[in-house]
Amino acid sequence: MNIEAREITKTFGSFVALDRVSLRVEAGELVALLGPSGSGKTTLLRIVAGLEFPDSGSVLFDGQDTTERSAQDRGVGFVFQHYALFRHMSVYDNVAFGLTVKRRRERLPEAKIKARVHELLNLVQLDWLASHYPSQLSGGQRQRVALARALAVEPRVLLLDEPFGALDAKVRQELRRWLRRLHDEIHVTSIFVTHDQEEALEVADRVVVMNGGKIEQEGSPDDVYHEPANAFVYNFLGNINLFHARVENGKAYISEPVNGKPIPSNGDRLAYVRPHLMNIGREPQQPNPLPVRVMHINSAGPLVKVELATERGDRIQAQISHERYQELLLREDDDVFVSPRDVKVF
Amino acid sequence: MATTVLTPTTLRAPATARRAARQDPALVRNGLIVVGLCFLGLFLILPLAAVFANALSAGCAAYWAAIRQPDALSAVRLTLLAALIAVPLNLVFGLAASWCMARFDFAGKELLLTLIDIPFTVSPVISGMIFVLLFGAQGLFGDWLLNHNIKIVFAAPGIILATVFVTFPFVTRELIPTMLALGSDEEQAALTLGASGWRTFFRITLPNIKWSLLYGVILCNARAMGEFGAVSVVSGHIRGLTNTMPLYVEILYNDYQFAPAFAIASLLAMLALVTLVAKSIVEWKSERDLAASAAGAGDNR
Amino acid sequence: MSAFFKKKSVLPGFGLTLGWTVFYLSLIVLIPVSTLFLKTASLTWSQFWSVATGPRALAAYRLSFVASLAAALVNGVFGLIVSWILVRYRFPLRRLVDGLVDLPFALPTAVAGIVLTTLYAPNGWVGTQLAKVGIKAAYTPLGITVALIFIGLPFVVRTIQPVLQDLDAEVEEAAHSLGANFVQTFRRVLLPEILPAWITGCTLAFARGLGEYGSVVFIAGNVPMRTEITPLLIMTKLDEFEYGQATAIALVFLMAAFSLMLVLNLMQRRKVALPVLG
Repeated sequence: MNIEAREITKTFGSFVALDRVSLRVEAGELVALLGPSGSGKTTLLRIVAGLEFPDSGSVLFDGQDTTERSAQDRGVGFVFQHYALFRHMSVYDNVAFGLTVKRRRERLPEAKIKARVHELLNLVQLDWLASHYPSQLSGGQRQRVALARALAVEPRVLLLDEPFGALDAKVRQELRRWLRRLHDEIHVTSIFVTHDQEEALEVADRVVVMNGGKIEQEGSPDDVYHEPANAFVYNFLGNINLFHARVENGKAYISEPVNGKPIPSNGDRLAYVRPHLMNIGREPQQPNPLPVRVMHINSAGPLVKVELATERGDRIQAQISHERYQELLLREDDDVFVSPRDVKVF
Repeated sequence: MATTVLTPTTLRAPATARRAARQDPALVRNGLIVVGLCFLGLFLILPLAAVFANALSAGCAAYWAAIRQPDALSAVRLTLLAALIAVPLNLVFGLAASWCMARFDFAGKELLLTLIDIPFTVSPVISGMIFVLLFGAQGLFGDWLLNHNIKIVFAAPGIILATVFVTFPFVTRELIPTMLALGSDEEQAALTLGASGWRTFFRITLPNIKWSLLYGVILCNARAMGEFGAVSVVSGHIRGLTNTMPLYVEILYNDYQFAPAFAIASLLAMLALVTLVAKSIVEWKSERDLAASAAGAGDNR
Repeated sequence: MSAFFKKKSVLPGFGLTLGWTVFYLSLIVLIPVSTLFLKTASLTWSQFWSVATGPRALAAYRLSFVASLAAALVNGVFGLIVSWILVRYRFPLRRLVDGLVDLPFALPTAVAGIVLTTLYAPNGWVGTQLAKVGIKAAYTPLGITVALIFIGLPFVVRTIQPVLQDLDAEVEEAAHSLGANFVQTFRRVLLPEILPAWITGCTLAFARGLGEYGSVVFIAGNVPMRTEITPLLIMTKLDEFEYGQATAIALVFLMAAFSLMLVLNLMQRRKVALPVLG
C-alpha cells in the first residue's frame, strides 16, 4: 500500500512543527525520516498514524483520504519509542491483543490466534519469553515484542518512532540490521523516524532529511550522502571541515578554515570537505595545498584521525588509512601539507 | 488547580535520606525521636487507647449489649447503606472525570478541578446546610416535597445525599495524578491495534490504575461511614430512624451514656484501623508494581 | 465546539466523560451550593451585614481563626519533627507509627470529639494531670485547640514527608564536608527546600481547622461569645430556623476559606516541590 502526505501543516501553539510538507511512500518501501530534534519527523509520523491531526493537508492511503479517520480504523502498526507494552499483560497477551479486539465477524478462532502469536514471536526470536511480563524483559527484547505486537494485526503500513533510540550502541546496530532483514522478508510499507544518520543510511531504501518542519532532501542513501542538496544535509550526514573558498572556472579553491560563524564576503563561498577526503603529504599536493602542522594523532580505530592546525591556529580534521599513516611516518609537530580530494560548495 | 493530594506514605527513598542523616549528631537524633514519639503518644496513641478503654469500662457484657441495641443496629444499617450508595456512585464519577481530565486538553480544566474539590474544602456543617436549604421545610423545594409527602431532610435520603456530597472528590483526587503519571502511550498503542474506547479502558487503563482506584475507594468509604457534621445538620437527630453511627454516638454521649457511646465509637475506631491497614497494603502493592516496571528498564540487552 | 478544544482528541470518550462529569457535578455539587447564594438574597443588605458581622458572629470568627492558627503552628513544629524522624531515622515500630499518622484522617470526627473530651475533662486521664498545674482544657479555647491539633496533624506530616524523602543526600554531605554543623546545614541548606511544603501543610491544617465541627463541638462547651466556633453558630441558627442568618454567616466563612485555597493554589503554581494535580 502506498502512502501520500499532501501539504501537511501542523503547529503547536506558536511552534510550527510541519510547514506544508508533502511526501510519497511507495508500496513496500522502507523509508527513513531523518532529522534533528524539532525537525517535525515524529509529528509527521504520528499524523500518518492518526495519533495527531494536521491543521491542514491530507493523508492518503492508496489514494483514499484517511485524514479524518481515527487511529483505530487506519490499519497502521505503530511501534512507540518507549515500547508502550501493556505492563499488566504477558508477552503472549501483548502480541495477541490486536487479534483479540477484532469484531466478532473478523476474529480468528482461538487456535489460529495462538498459532499466529507464536509465529510472530518466533520471527522476533522471543518465543521462549511468551509467558514473561514486560518488566522482566530487557530494552531490546521489549522493542521486539512491540514490533511483533504491531505486526500481528497485519497492518498495511508499519510506523516506527525512534525504535532503537533508548538502546545501547551495540544492541542498536544488531537490531537495525535485523529490522532490514525483517523488512526484506515481509515487505510491509514502513516508515521509521530517527535522528541517527548512520541508522538511516544503513537501513532505509530511501532517506528523507527533515529540518525545521520542512523536507530538505529525499533520495536513496547514496544520493543524500554523496549528492547533498544543501549545506544542512551535508553537515547532518557526517563530519565536515568548513573552509572559505573562491570559485574559478568551475573549480573551488579553499583558503583558510572557517572559525565560528562564517561571514562570506564578495566572491567568497563556503566549501565543505569530509575528513576522510583530505589528502596529507610531505610535499605540497595539487591542486590546493595548505601548509599545516600535525597537532594530534589518534590511531585507535578503523581510520587514523589526524588533527591539523594552520598557521593561524585553525583546526582541520583529517582521516587517513593506516597504510598511508605508515607510509608518511607521521609524528606530532610534523609540518605537512593537506589538500582536499572532493569539495562541496553550496 | 486543586490542593495537594495527600499522597500515599512512601517509605521508599529512605536509603538516601538515612544516609544523609548519619551525620546528624546523636543528641539531636535521640532528642528528636523522643520529642516526636511523645507528641504522637499524647495525640494519637492515647486517644486511641482511651476509646477502647472507655468502651470496656462497664464490662464486656455491657459492651455487647450496647452494640446489640435495636437503635444501634439501625444506625449501623444506615451507615452501611449510605456508604454502599455513595462509594459506587462517586467511583463511577471518579473514573469518568479522571479519564476526561487526564487524557484530554481543554479550556476550563482548572476551573472544573476546583469545582470538583468544593466538597473537600467546604466545612461539613455548610455541606449539610446546603441540603437543608434545598429540601428543608423552608427550603427551595420544601413546599413541593411536603405536598408529595416526600421526606428528604430529617430522613435517610437526606443523609445519603449529604454523604454523597462530602465524599464526592475522593476517588477523582487519587486517580488523576496517577493517570497523568502513567501517560497515554499504552492507550494510544491499543488504539492503533484496533481496540475501541471501552475495550481500551477496561483492558488497559483499569488494570494500570487499580491500586489508586482501590486507595480512593478506601478513603471514600472511610469518610462516608465516618461523616458527622454534614449528616448532623441534615438528620434532625431523631432516634432510631435517621441516625448513622456517628450521630448515634453523639446522642448517647449527650445522654451521659458514656460506655455505650464508646462502645459504638470503638466499632468506628476499628473501622478506622482497618482503613489504615488496607491503605498500607495498597501502598505497598503499588510501590512493588512501580518498582517492578522501573527495573528491567536498566539493562539493554 | 471545535474552538473549545485545544486540540482534536485522539483518544475516544471525550464527549461522554465530560458530559457525565459536568452533569453529575452540577447535580450533586453546583446546584446545591448555589442555593447558598439564593437564600442570602432573602435578607436585605443591612440584615446581612448586621448578622454576619454581629458581635456573636465576630466572636465565633475570632475563635475559629485563632484556635486554628494556634493548632496549625503547633502542628507545624511537631509535624516537622515527626516527619523528620520518620524519614531519616530508624527506631522500633517505625512503620507502625508511620501508618498511625493517618489516624486522625481515618477516624470519624465524632469519635475523636468524644474521646478527646473525655481525656481532657477535669477527671480525664490528661485533664487530671493538667489540673495539677492549674490548667483547664475541656470547655475552653485550649480544648478546641487540642482537638484541632489532632485533626490537623496528618496534613503537615504527609505534606512534608515526600519532600524530605527527595532531598539530595549529597548536598547535605557536601555541606558537612565544607565544615557546616547540623544547625547551619539545616538552616541554610535544608530549610529552604522544605519551607514551601511546610507552609502548604500548615495552611492545609489551618483550613481544615477552620471548618472542623465534629471533633470540636464536644470539647468546646459552646458558650456563645466565648467558646462557640463558627460551624456551631451556623448549626444553632439552622436549628432556630434562621436560615437567612445561617447562610449569611456561612457565606462570609466560605469566602474566607476560598481565598485561603486560592492563595494555596497560587503558591503551588510557582512549582514548589509538592504533589499537585495536572
